[in-house]
Amino acid sequence: MGLDFPFLLDTMERLIAALPLTLALFALSITFGACLAVALTAMRVSRYKVLDRIARAYVFVFRGSPLLIQMFLVYYGIAQFPAVRHSIAWPLLRDPFSCAVISLALCTAAYATEIFRGGLLAVPPAQIEAARACGMSGFLLLRRVIAPIALRRALPAYSTEMILMVKSTSLASIITVTEVSGVAQRIIAQTYRTMEVFLCAALIYLLINFVLARLIAWLEHALSPDLRAPPVALIAAGAAAPIETTLLH
Amino acid sequence: MSAFTQFGFGPTGWGGFLLLGAGVTVAVTLASLAIGAVLGSGVAAAKLSQSLALRLVGDVYTTVFRGVPELLIIYLFYFGGSSVLSAIGRLFGHEGFVGVPTFLAGALAVGIISGSYQAEVFRGAFQAVSRGEIEAARAVGMNGFLRFRRIIAPQVFRFALPGLGNVWQLSLKDSALISVTGLAELMRNSQVGAGSTHDYFGFYVAGGALYLLMTAVSNRIFDAAEVRTGKSFRRPVHTA
Repeated sequence: MGLDFPFLLDTMERLIAALPLTLALFALSITFGACLAVALTAMRVSRYKVLDRIARAYVFVFRGSPLLIQMFLVYYGIAQFPAVRHSIAWPLLRDPFSCAVISLALCTAAYATEIFRGGLLAVPPAQIEAARACGMSGFLLLRRVIAPIALRRALPAYSTEMILMVKSTSLASIITVTEVSGVAQRIIAQTYRTMEVFLCAALIYLLINFVLARLIAWLEHALSPDLRAPPVALIAAGAAAPIETTLLH
Repeated sequence: MSAFTQFGFGPTGWGGFLLLGAGVTVAVTLASLAIGAVLGSGVAAAKLSQSLALRLVGDVYTTVFRGVPELLIIYLFYFGGSSVLSAIGRLFGHEGFVGVPTFLAGALAVGIISGSYQAEVFRGAFQAVSRGEIEAARAVGMNGFLRFRRIIAPQVFRFALPGLGNVWQLSLKDSALISVTGLAELMRNSQVGAGSTHDYFGFYVAGGALYLLMTAVSNRIFDAAEVRTGKSFRRPVHTA
């Protein structure tokens, strides 16, 4: 069986045309999901037991059930109530794209909450004590000390979650959003050339994930100057003085 | 109709139908976990091997099946398998579409995905086995297989258990995607019930609740298994 290049090119072209929709689903749901997760993390570590319980229940429900059923609940389930159909939110809840964004964001928020909480717990207590000793408290302490360290610690686990989200956007095709997987499914149904279409679509997703992983690796590197080895070339050259000055900064 | 009769077990109730779906979900997830265990341990061995070619094959497998949406892999197995079967059918004079059994295609697809995650779990677990114990086993004269059976396998299983619990949860949720091929598992049965009664909200809430029940119960089972296999790791009481 030879490769049919015109067909592969044509398939690739049609799939790439749907790429912006996949990327938009991803970017919007990650953004909203992260905002929600910050709020849930705050509830999770709050001193009020009720808020903690609510956040725990939220995480249990959204991590314990399949995303597909959550998406169906948002898209088909809520729409059956006349009150919803007459509310101002109806234009949003009628549209499959926004329903997909809502359910993806709600789901990723549950996973991100646990990741952010892990990052928060990894902040060394000594750093917080030191900041308090310098007179920082409240929001200043959070902004200058806790948040930067916690986010840096949470980044590796969060990158995994982001890659899972890229893959999850494909579920939007089941509620009629024609993103990359939706187009792939359509071409398969028309031509029955599963293998070729799968290869093209798989390539696109792998490429997105590869670029995303590189971006996060770069971000991790950029955010951790404290973990990097001192510049070896300078030490070898015996240039001790400049290193000392850079360390003092 | 009240929710009680609608989701009950009476002649007009959908309770049994949904539970049947949940049973199929558990069955297909168990099958895929078994397929994934075979593939995963093989791929883990390949990734740990001396041979560059084998390591490359292992890397490609885990990268592709963890990096591509699960839905596409299910389409690949269902539609791809069916077109192969249809071609074989034509060879024997049968015209038209021959579908792969949905249970088989679904279990294979989710199993291959599960295998790519299990490979990483087993690899990590193997690396956690202390080198000293393996050397000690070699020193007392155990050969490869005996060493594997007595020293490596029991410990790898114990170290892999928490990771396997995670993979099980992932596969349980991935199995909902098999509904697109028409397999009558929980997701599909919830859809059928929702479509026939037009109570979409009620059926998806009921389906979701059953999934939550399954994840909660399996969490308990894995926790209990961890305690059981971790017995020798626990410190004896009152050593101090």
